Amino acid sequence: MRYISNTPAQQKEMLAVIGASSIEDLLVRIPAKARLSRPLALPGAMAETDLVRHLQRLAGLNAGADDYACFLGAGSYDHAVPSPINHLISRGEFFTAYTPYQPEASQGTLRSIFEYQTMMAELTGMDVANASIYDGASSLAEAALMAHSVTGRDTLVISRGVNPLYRQVVETYVEGPGLKIKSAPLGDGVTDLDALRKAVSKHAAAVVIQYPNFFGCLEDVRAAADCAHEAGALLVVVADPINLGLLTPPGACGADIVVGEGQGLGVPMSFGGPNLGVFAAKQELVRRMPGRLVGATVDVDGQRGFVLTLQTREQHIRREKATSNICTNVALCALMATVYVAILGKRGLRKVGELSTAKAHYAARELAKVPGVRLRFGAPFFKEFALQLPKSPERVIKRLMKDRLLAGVPLKGFDRAYKDCLLVAVTEKRTKDEIDAYAAALRAAVA
Amino acid sequence: MHAAKPAYDKLIFELSSPGRFAYSLPESDVPDSDPAALLPKEHVRASVAELPEVSEVDVIRHYSRLSQMNYGVDTHFYPLGSCTMKYNPKINEDMARLAGFARLHPLAPEAASQGALRLMHELARDLAEISGMDEVSLQPAAGAQGELAGVLMIRAYHLARGERRHKVLIPDSAHGTNPASTALAGFSIVELKSEAGGEVDLADLERNLDEDVAAFMITQPNTLGLFESKIHQITEMCHAKGVQVYMDGANFNAILGITRPGDLGFDVCHFNLHKTFTTPHGGGGPGSGPVGIKAHLAPFLPTPVVVKHDEGYGLDWNRPQSIGKLQAFWGNFGMLVRAYTYIRTMGPDGLRSVSENAVLNANYIMKRLEGDYDRSSPGPCMHECVLSARRQKKLGVSAMDIAKRLLDLGFYAPTTYFPLIVEEALMIEPTETESKETLDQFCDAMIQIAREAETDREVIHQAPLTTPVRRLDQTLAARQPVLRWRQSP
Amino acid sequence: MANVPPDLRYTREHEWAKVEGDRARIGITAFAQEQLGDVVFVELPKVGAKVTAMKTFGVVESVKAVSDLFAPVTGEVVEVNAELPKKPELVNSDPYGQGWMLVIRMSSPKEVDGLMSAGDYEKLTAGAGH
Repeated sequence: MRYISNTPAQQKEMLAVIGASSIEDLLVRIPAKARLSRPLALPGAMAETDLVRHLQRLAGLNAGADDYACFLGAGSYDHAVPSPINHLISRGEFFTAYTPYQPEASQGTLRSIFEYQTMMAELTGMDVANASIYDGASSLAEAALMAHSVTGRDTLVISRGVNPLYRQVVETYVEGPGLKIKSAPLGDGVTDLDALRKAVSKHAAAVVIQYPNFFGCLEDVRAAADCAHEAGALLVVVADPINLGLLTPPGACGADIVVGEGQGLGVPMSFGGPNLGVFAAKQELVRRMPGRLVGATVDVDGQRGFVLTLQTREQHIRREKATSNICTNVALCALMATVYVAILGKRGLRKVGELSTAKAHYAARELAKVPGVRLRFGAPFFKEFALQLPKSPERVIKRLMKDRLLAGVPLKGFDRAYKDCLLVAVTEKRTKDEIDAYAAALRAAVA
Repeated sequence: MHAAKPAYDKLIFELSSPGRFAYSLPESDVPDSDPAALLPKEHVRASVAELPEVSEVDVIRHYSRLSQMNYGVDTHFYPLGSCTMKYNPKINEDMARLAGFARLHPLAPEAASQGALRLMHELARDLAEISGMDEVSLQPAAGAQGELAGVLMIRAYHLARGERRHKVLIPDSAHGTNPASTALAGFSIVELKSEAGGEVDLADLERNLDEDVAAFMITQPNTLGLFESKIHQITEMCHAKGVQVYMDGANFNAILGITRPGDLGFDVCHFNLHKTFTTPHGGGGPGSGPVGIKAHLAPFLPTPVVVKHDEGYGLDWNRPQSIGKLQAFWGNFGMLVRAYTYIRTMGPDGLRSVSENAVLNANYIMKRLEGDYDRSSPGPCMHECVLSARRQKKLGVSAMDIAKRLLDLGFYAPTTYFPLIVEEALMIEPTETESKETLDQFCDAMIQIAREAETDREVIHQAPLTTPVRRLDQTLAARQPVLRWRQSP
Repeated sequence: MANVPPDLRYTREHEWAKVEGDRARIGITAFAQEQLGDVVFVELPKVGAKVTAMKTFGVVESVKAVSDLFAPVTGEVVEVNAELPKKPELVNSDPYGQGWMLVIRMSSPKEVDGLMSAGDYEKLTAGAGH
C-alpha cells in the first residue's frame, strides 16, 4: 500500500512481538456496535497519472491569474511571486517540520520567524509582531478581543471602510464575550471623522480603521488615533504590509495594534487560503498578544539561539484563560513573506508600492474616460478604487471575461449602496497594455 | 563526544550590504508615474523601512542553511504524539500548485471557479462519509478554529431552542485548545476527572450533567491513545439531558474506516487535515480544521456554504441562522487540494489500512518499550502510546532530558508532559508511514537512554550536543524578551 | 524543607503576610517559588487598587506555568514593589525580603487571625512537592 512502509511479512513479525494474532486483536476496546460494518463509500484509489489528469481538469475549469489579467482585490492580490520562494519553502526541513517546541532541532524555523517578526514590526511601525495568525480577518478579530481585554471595555467602533468580510469575522468572534459593534459611516470614500467622534464613547475598547481602506482610499490614521485615545480606547489599524514599503506606517500615526493580510508578500492567492494574518502591537501590550512569539536567548555555551517565548499567554499552558485559542498558525506562509521581503528588500518593496500606485492611477484615469463610467469616490486612493458603471457590473464582468480580463469585484454583495460599482485593484504586475485593453473592452461593454 | 559549534549563526539582516538587491521589477510603462505627484505627502513613508539589502544568492544560501538547522519528517522520524507527523506526499504539493488552483482569486466569478468549488464540495462529502456526519464546513483554518465553529454552532442551537446553557464539560486530559475555544465562545468550563486508566468517569459525568450544560467535549480516541469504549453510553447519557457531544478529531488517524464519530452519537467533530490527511505542518501551519455536524446543526453552519445546484457549484450566503464567518474567504483551499489528492490516492481500503498500520506501529513501540518505561494504562493502545518516565525521574532523568538525548541520537522527540494527567509523560505517535526498521532504531535508542539513566546520566544531561545549538535559556528569553532584531549601535 | 519564617502568617495558596501596624506586606513563600521555578514575570495591581481576602490580585509566571496570586487580607494597595517588573528573579532569590509584592492597608485587620501560623503552614507543605 502506498505511503505505508511495512510489508505483510513485517506486519506479521510485529504482531508476533506484540503477542497478537491480528490487528483486529489490537482493536478490542472498540465495541462491535461501534464498528463500521462496510467499507467507506468513497471513490476507489486512483493511480497517480489518472489523479493528475483529473485534478488538472478541475484546475482547468478555473480562471486563474496566469490566463486572465487579474484586476481583483478586496483582500487578495495578484502580486508577483519571485521564483526562489517556492524553492525554499519546499525544502522538506521547513515544509515537514512541526511547531518549534524542541528549539534545538528547530532553529531554522525559529530564526526565520524572528526575522519575520522584525520585518513586520518594521513595516507596520510597531514594536513587536507575532509569528502569525490565520488571516487578516481573524487577526482583526483577535485584535478586537485583545482591545477588550486590555481596556476592560465592551464596544468596538468599526469604520465602514473596513473590509466587510473582516467585519463579519469580527462579529463571529465577539459573539461569545458579547461585545457590541458600532459602525462609523464613510464620507467621500473615507471614514467621516465627525461621525466617528460621535460613535466613540467611554465604553469604546477600540476604534478600527483600514489603511488604505476597503475601497482603496487613504484614511487619516492620525485623526482616528486622536479620536480613539481621547476616549481612552485603542486604535486598531488594518493594513496590508506590502503597501507599507511606500505608505506611512500606522505605528508612526499612533496605532496601538496593526493587523492585516500579508498574502501579497509572496503567498499564492490559492482561492483565498491559506493566507497570512499579520499581528503587531506596541511593546506594553505584548503580554496580552495572541499567538506564538519567538525570542532571542543563549544556549548553555553562550551561543545565540531562538525559542518560543512568553508561552504562558497561550492555550497549551493557560487553557481557558489564554489570550487566544490559536495553536496552529501559518508559519509556512510567514516564511514565504520573509523570503519575499528579503528579496524585495529596502528598495524593492518601495518600488512595488510605487509601481502599483502609478498603474492604479493610470487605470483609474483611463477607465473613467469611458462614457458613463466614473470614480465613485473623490478621496485620494492607493492601488485600488471603486468604479461606478452605467451598466450592471455583473454583466460587465461576464462580458470582459471573454477578453481574458477579470475586471473587478462587484460591490453589490458587500453593500447595496454600491450596487452599481466595481472594485478594481491594480498591482505592479499589470501592464499598460492590459489596462488599455481593459479600457477598450469596457468602452465596448457599456456602449 | 564534542560540542558541535553552529556552522552558521546569521540573520538575514546581518548579511545586508547597501546597494545589493535580489528583486526584478519592470520599469513603469505608464505615463505620469511619479508617486510624489499621485499621493498626498503625508501618506508617503518619511523614512525608508529598514529591510535587508541582499543578493539572490545570499537569500538562497541563507534560507537553505537555516532549513538545515531543522528536523523535519522528510529527514527524521518525528514521533510527536497527538500531532500525526506522517509523510507528506509530494504529489499533493504538485496538485496544490497547479496554476488553476494556486493562482485563482477567491472572488473570481463563480462560473469561473467551478473546478475549485467542485473539489470543495466533493471533499466535504468525503469527510462527511469518513466521519458519519451529515454536513462538513471546510472554512476553519485550523483545529482550534474548527473547535470554535463547532462550539458556536452548539451555542446557536441551544439559543434557537430558547435554552441558555452556559457550561461545557471537558476532561482533564484534553488539549489546551478545548477549554480555550470553549471559553472564547462564552462558556464556562467544568473539568472532569479521568478514571485511573484514562477513560471518562461515567459517575462523574452523570453528576455534572444538568440543564446548564451545553456540551461535552472529548477526544476520541482520547489523549492517552485509548478508545473510549463506553462511548455509546456517554453520548446517550448526554443526549438524555439535551447535551451535545463534541469530538476533538486530533486522533482521527486511529479510526479511518474502522468507526465513525457520527455512528457513535457525536453531534460535532472537527478534522485536522494537517494531521490525518497529510497536509504538511510547515513549521507550525497553515493547517486546516474542517468541522462536521449532524443535520440538526446545519442551519448554523459558517457562511458561505458550498452547494451544488442545477448549473454547477456555488456559494450559499443565505443562511440566516449561521454563526457567521471565521476567516475572510472560504477556507485554507491549498490544504483542501492536498487532502483531496490524498483521499483519492488512498481510496477507502487505503484509508482503513492507514489506521490499522498506525495502531500496529504504536502497539509495537509500546511492547518494545514497556520493560524500560512505565505504561500509562494496560491493554493495547490505538495509534499512539503514552509512557511515563517516572522511573527515570527517580534517577534524576526527566522526560525533557530524554527528549533532548533523542535529538542527539537522530530522532525528533515525542510529545512530553502531555497529557497533564500522566507524570513525566512521553507521548509517542509513530504513524503508519514509518517502517519496522525505523521503529526498531527508535526503540533501541529509547532503551539505550533508559540504560544511560542508570549508568551514565551525564551524557543525558549534556544533551543535545549535535544540534546547531544546545539547551537554550528559556528563562532569560522570558525575563528580557528580545522579539526583533535591531542594528547593534 | 523550605524556609518558613515564624513571624509571618500564611495562606493555603502559599502567600505570606507580615503585619506592620494597620498594614500588611505580602509576597509568596519560599515553597511556592521553588515549585514554580524561575519566575519570569509578576503582574501586580496599581497603588490605590482594592484587594479582597482570598480573591486573586495578580499572577506570577515561570517559563511554563502561571499561578494566580491570592490576597491574604482585604484592603487598599498602598505600595507596590517597583523592582519586580525589572527583576522578577527577586521572588526566587529573596521571597520574604526583596521579593515582596504589595503593602496593603487592611480594612479589617482581624482577618489576619484567620491566616495560618508558620507551624501550620510548615505542616501543609511537608511532604508536598517534589
